[in-house]
Amino acid sequence: MAQVFHRAANTVARASIAGLILLLVLASGLLWVFFRGAYTQSVEVIKDQPAQFSHKHHVNLGIDCRYCHTTVETSAFAGLPPTETCMSCHSQIWTHADMLEPVRASLAENRPLQWTRVNWVPDYVYFNHSIHINKGIGCESCHGRVDRMPLVWRAKTLLMEFCLECHRNPEKHIRPREEVFTMGYQPKQSQSTLGPKLVAEYQVRKLTDCYTCHR
Amino acid sequence: MRAAPLAAVSLACLAAVGCRQTMDTDPKYEAMEPSSFFSDGRSARAPVAGTVARGELKLDTAYYEGRNGDSFVDTFPAPVTKATLLRGRQRYDIFCSPCHGLLGDGNGVVVQRGLRGPVNFHEDRLKRTPVGYYFQVITNGRGGMYPYGYRIPPDDRWAIIAYIRALQLSQDATLNDVPPAARPGLNASHGESGVER
Ligand code: HEC
Ligand code: HEC
Ligand code: HEC
Ligand code: HEC
Ligand code: HEC
Ligand code: HEC
Repeated sequence: MAQVFHRAANTVARASIAGLILLLVLASGLLWVFFRGAYTQSVEVIKDQPAQFSHKHHVNLGIDCRYCHTTVETSAFAGLPPTETCMSCHSQIWTHADMLEPVRASLAENRPLQWTRVNWVPDYVYFNHSIHINKGIGCESCHGRVDRMPLVWRAKTLLMEFCLECHRNPEKHIRPREEVFTMGYQPKQSQSTLGPKLVAEYQVRKLTDCYTCHR
Repeated sequence: MRAAPLAAVSLACLAAVGCRQTMDTDPKYEAMEPSSFFSDGRSARAPVAGTVARGELKLDTAYYEGRNGDSFVDTFPAPVTKATLLRGRQRYDIFCSPCHGLLGDGNGVVVQRGLRGPVNFHEDRLKRTPVGYYFQVITNGRGGMYPYGYRIPPDDRWAIIAYIRALQLSQDATLNDVPPAARPGLNASHGESGVER
């Protein structure tokens, strides 16, 4: 009986097995990059907002984060400002600017502005602002240079590995409490001496048990 | 042989079900989340008018309104310590300084951008004004100034007022008012004050 397959078919068969494995590895790598990457987590993506509120403008005026995000030190939720907070200044300045029309309409109709959220964690994750603020973790560590954002975007992936990186090594990120709201903070002495000192002073624990965040 | 396609189809179904990220969004409201159930679209409901939460019965009008009967109180209803002043300074810098200025001279950043009206706390009239009046202005606002009561709890309001009093004193202070130990540092500069924020 004549041979059905040519000799070279052996090589082709081996090569295709190797190729298949390679393909699988590549595909899962791609999937990983896609599902765990900055792109899918909408990092640095600007969303449509009901009013063009610029942190760059307002923070650089010297207005403290807490003027608007009032509950960030005391509760889980940082708080977004009600329309009245905008109007405490804009009832008098830039009163006719088109950019502020949605804000004036919101006040007149007693209808809250519905900001599009850019940061969120899934509902099976428990997150709390106040503990981070009170243990000396700066807004910048999780939200980046907000003072350079004309419209807010998400600065970090907020994936589990992002949280854990700091929960394992808080001394790399901790700052003095009075610097928590500072943007562009530079430690006065090197972080490798300051970090462990603050960790001891603020009694910071390494919270890596699953029930810290999944409760 | 019929089993194979059946198994494939059920596997596919399982896989499809597994893709639903139901636990990402539980059927619950998060803070400030809109609601389609209530006509005003708010998931956070206002308590019925007249509701008093436990421990929130505010009978002490001197503390919670700055009044005794019809007149404003002129002494602080709570003790004023150094910690109060430091807290007051921090809260003043957050909530008042954009308009009234870090010094209390009524020349904050927003005024420099065109806002009219914030007063200079160093006017004689305001130095004589009882503390209860300040409390009332912070809580309810006045004229062109919006109310701040919903953002600043009462103990912080008193701390801010204590700090404003300190600012007012500071403008007429002489070297004799400064404890001898602190005098040498005064000539140094306007920079590092050495006071912890
Ligand atoms: C403490 C005072 C203050 C508050 C509170 C405030 N603003 Fe402003 N806003 C300003 C000032 C001052 C300017 C002008 C900026 C400049 O001249 O550089 C401005 C400018 C603006 C502008 C137009 C200029 C630009 O390019 O950004 C918009 C839009 C605006 N604000 C929206 C808002 C909204 C929305 C809120 C509420 C979340 C708000 N502001 C709260 C002081 C304030
Ligand atoms: C004048 C008021 C004001 C000040 C001051 C302010 N913010 Fe905001 N912030 C807002 C408003 C309004 C929004 C919602 C609008 C938006 O998403 O663009 C917001 C949104 C944000 C968000 C995104 C929330 C989300 O997930 O959608 C972050 C993060 C944030 N602010 C951080 C800060 C930090 C850090 C500071 C201080 C350096 C600060 N803000 C100062 C008014 C303010
Ligand atoms: C440890 C990381 C971390 C730090 C530090 C942090 N944030 Fe956030 N922030 C988050 C996360 C995560 C969310 C999304 C929370 C959610 O989905 O419930 C968020 C959400 C927000 C929001 C939207 C409203 C909300 O609470 O969900 C605002 C506004 C905000 N942060 C402001 C601030 C400010 C201002 C500071 C500094 C004082 C700060 N954050 C510090 C991680 C952080
Ligand atoms: C830059 C550092 C840093 C990052 C990033 C960070 N954390 Fe934390 N977290 C801390 C520190 C410090 C503490 C306080 C530890 C202690 O209590 O001693 C803490 C505490 C907590 C707690 C405990 C609160 C309580 O009441 O017990 C939770 C929950 C938490 N973090 C969730 C998160 C989540 C979710 C993320 C990611 C979105 C995150 N953290 C990211 C530093 C960080
Ligand atoms: C510091 C907070 C924190 C701790 C501690 C933590 N997680 Fe998570 N976990 C998160 C966050 C945030 C996410 C959401 C990631 C996302 O957005 O997809 C998450 C997601 C998950 C997921 C869903 C899959 C994924 O990664 O998206 C699993 C499973 C999980 N965690 C298991 C665990 C287990 C097991 C532990 C204990 C060993 C643990 N987590 C400890 C914060 C934490
Ligand atoms: C957005 C700008 C703004 C901010 C922030 C602000 N004020 Fe005012 N304030 C004003 C204006 C405008 C007036 C003048 C009100 C009028 O009489 O029309 C005023 C007036 C006052 C007066 C004097 C009332 C009188 O009898 O003349 C007091 C007291 C006062 N403010 C206290 C405070 C305190 C305390 C804070 C901080 C919690 C504060 N203000 C924050 C704008 C502001």
